[in-house]
Amino acid sequence: MADAERIPGFNTLAIHAGAKPDPTTGARATPIYQTTSFVFDDVDHAASLFGLQAFGNIYTRIGNPTCAVLEERVAALEGGTAGLAVASGHAAQVIVMHALMTPGDEFVASKKLYGGSINQFNHSFKNFGWNVVWADPDDIASFEKAVTPKTKAIFIESIANPGGVITDIEAIAKIARKAGVPLIVDNTLATPYLCKPIDYGANIVVHSLTKFLGGHGNSIGGLIVDGGNFNWTRKGQYPMLSEPRPEYSGIVLAETFGNFAFAIACRVLGLRDLGPALSPFNAFLIITGIETLPLRMQRHSENAQAVAEWLVKRPEVAWVSYPGLAGDKYNALAKKYVPKGCGAVLTFGLKGGYDAGVKLVSNVKLFSHLANIGDTRSLIIHPASTTHKQLSDAQKVQAGAGPDVVRLSIGLEDAADIIADLEQGLSAK
Amino acid sequence: MNHDQYSDSYIRGILNTVKTIAMVGISPKDNRPSYFAFKYLLERGYRMIPVNPGQAGKDILGQKVYAKLSDIPEPVDMVDIFRASEHVLPIVQEALTLKPNPQVIWMQLSVRNDEAAALAEQAGLKVVMDRCPKIEYGRLSSEISWMGINSRTLSSKRAQILGKGVQRMGLNSSTSQGGETQGADRAQKTEENSG
Repeated sequence: MADAERIPGFNTLAIHAGAKPDPTTGARATPIYQTTSFVFDDVDHAASLFGLQAFGNIYTRIGNPTCAVLEERVAALEGGTAGLAVASGHAAQVIVMHALMTPGDEFVASKKLYGGSINQFNHSFKNFGWNVVWADPDDIASFEKAVTPKTKAIFIESIANPGGVITDIEAIAKIARKAGVPLIVDNTLATPYLCKPIDYGANIVVHSLTKFLGGHGNSIGGLIVDGGNFNWTRKGQYPMLSEPRPEYSGIVLAETFGNFAFAIACRVLGLRDLGPALSPFNAFLIITGIETLPLRMQRHSENAQAVAEWLVKRPEVAWVSYPGLAGDKYNALAKKYVPKGCGAVLTFGLKGGYDAGVKLVSNVKLFSHLANIGDTRSLIIHPASTTHKQLSDAQKVQAGAGPDVVRLSIGLEDAADIIADLEQGLSAK
Repeated sequence: MNHDQYSDSYIRGILNTVKTIAMVGISPKDNRPSYFAFKYLLERGYRMIPVNPGQAGKDILGQKVYAKLSDIPEPVDMVDIFRASEHVLPIVQEALTLKPNPQVIWMQLSVRNDEAAALAEQAGLKVVMDRCPKIEYGRLSSEISWMGINSRTLSSKRAQILGKGVQRMGLNSSTSQGGETQGADRAQKTEENSG
C-alpha cells in the first residue's frame, strides 16, 4: 500500500484511528488505564515531561493513554490536527474560551443553540468577563454586524439543537476569517459522519461526546478538536498561545507546537489548571461507541426521516421541523452540509398545545421521557413542562420551546415500532 | 521531488538511517523550540552536534558547540536547519563542501528554500522542508499520540519500545497512513490567515 497516496475512509478511521495494539501487552482493544499517575523513566524524563519537552504521561488530569485514543480518534474523524477529551461538552466550551478570552472580551454566538449553551454563555461566562453577543443564523449579516474590536471568536452549531437549524458554516467562516478570529463549531448533533466543519473553514470543533459519538446513553464526555488552520500569532490577541508562558518557563506555545498548539494550550493551561478531566472508563465506553458511529448515524437519520414524513401526515400535528423534509426551511442547506442524512433529532408541534404534549409523553411506551439526545433508544421530551418550565410563555416560544413543542431523538429500533408507539401515544385518550 | 508533502516512508527512512545530526541555529535557552527538538532527539539516541557561532566552544546539553558546519571534526549524516528561510542557502552550500557529504538536509517547520533544496538534491542529498524532526519522530513512533495529536498513522502492529524505560518509543513498527488533516495542510496556504 503506497502510504503517500492512500487515505483510509471514515469507517476505517472510526475503528482504527488512535488505537494501535498496546505496546507493552499487545492488547488489541484499548486498555482502560484506570490510574491517576504514571511513573517516570528517570529524573531527566520527569523534567522533560513537566517542561513539555517530551511526549508522555504524567497524571490523568493532564492526559491518560485511554483518553488519548479517544482524542486522536475524534481528531482524525474531523480532519483536525489534535484533540483534547474533557469531562463534558460544557467543560469543552469552558476550556476553549479560557484559551481565547481575557476579561472584557466578546464572542459572537448563534442565538439558535442548545439551551444549556445559551445559559452557560449568558450567565456563567459573564462571571468570567467573557461577554456573548448574539447573532441570528437565519441572517448571516447579523454575525458581521456583531463583530467588534473586542471579538475573539465566533461560535455556532452545525445542526442546532433542538430546532433542526442547519447553519451556513462556510458563510460564517468567511466572516470569521475577515475578522481574524477563529470559528468554533459545536458538531454534536451532526457528528463528523454527517458533517466535517473544518472542511468548510471551521478552526475549532467541540463535541458533547455524551450524545451520538458515545451513542449509548452511558457516559458524559466532551472533546475539543484543533483544526490546525488558524494563525495564533498574527495579531498577538491570543496571549495564551502567542506570549511566553510563565507557567512553563517562557515557552511560546504557538511557535513550539505549530499547528496543534491550540490543543496543547487547552491541555496544559486549561485542563491542567481548571481540572475537568474525563474518566478513562468513560473514554473506553465512548471509544467503543465510536467504532459503530457510521452505522448508527445512518440508521438514526433514516429512522428520523421516516418518522418526520409520517408525522407530517398526522391530523394531531400542526408542524414538523426536520431539515430532511422536502419543504423544510433548511432543506437546501441540509443538501449541502449533511447530504447523508439530517441526524436523529426533530421537533414538532401538537395542535392540542400544552395538554396534548403532556399526554403524549405520558402515553408513549417505547420512547423514554428524559432530557438527553443521541441514545440507541428513542427519547422524547416536552420542553414546556420540563427543561423550559421556569420560563414565561413568550420566553418559551422564543427559545423554540413553546407549549405545543415536542422534541424527539430517534433511536435505532425498527422504524415501524417507533412509529407505532407514536401512533398509539397520539391516539390514546 | 514534491516538497509540499512527504510520504511517511520517506520520513521514516531518513529518521531510521541517520545517526549524527548537526543542528544549525540551536538556541542555548531551554524554552526555545530548537532546544526542545535537540534535547528530544538526543534522548532518542541520535548523536547531536550543536552549531551556533555565538555559542562556539560552550556546551549545550553536554554537547560541544561548533561555530560552523565545517568546524565539525566528524562525519555528519543530517543537517537540521533552524534558521529563517533566507539564511538557508549558504548553510546548504557549506554542507555540500563537507567530506563526506551529509545524506540529508532538513529545514525546520516554517523554513523553506527551494533554491537550496534543488542544490542539495542535485548533489544527491535527500531534502525535507517545513517539518520538525521531533514532531515527525513522535508521530511515526506513536509517542505523539499520548498527547491526543493526530499521528495520521494506523497500524495493527504494536509500537516498539525503545528501551531506557517505557515512555520512549522506536521507529521500527510499520504503519499505514491514517487520515488527512486538510485543515492543517491548508493552513499555510490560506491567504487570509497568512502573515
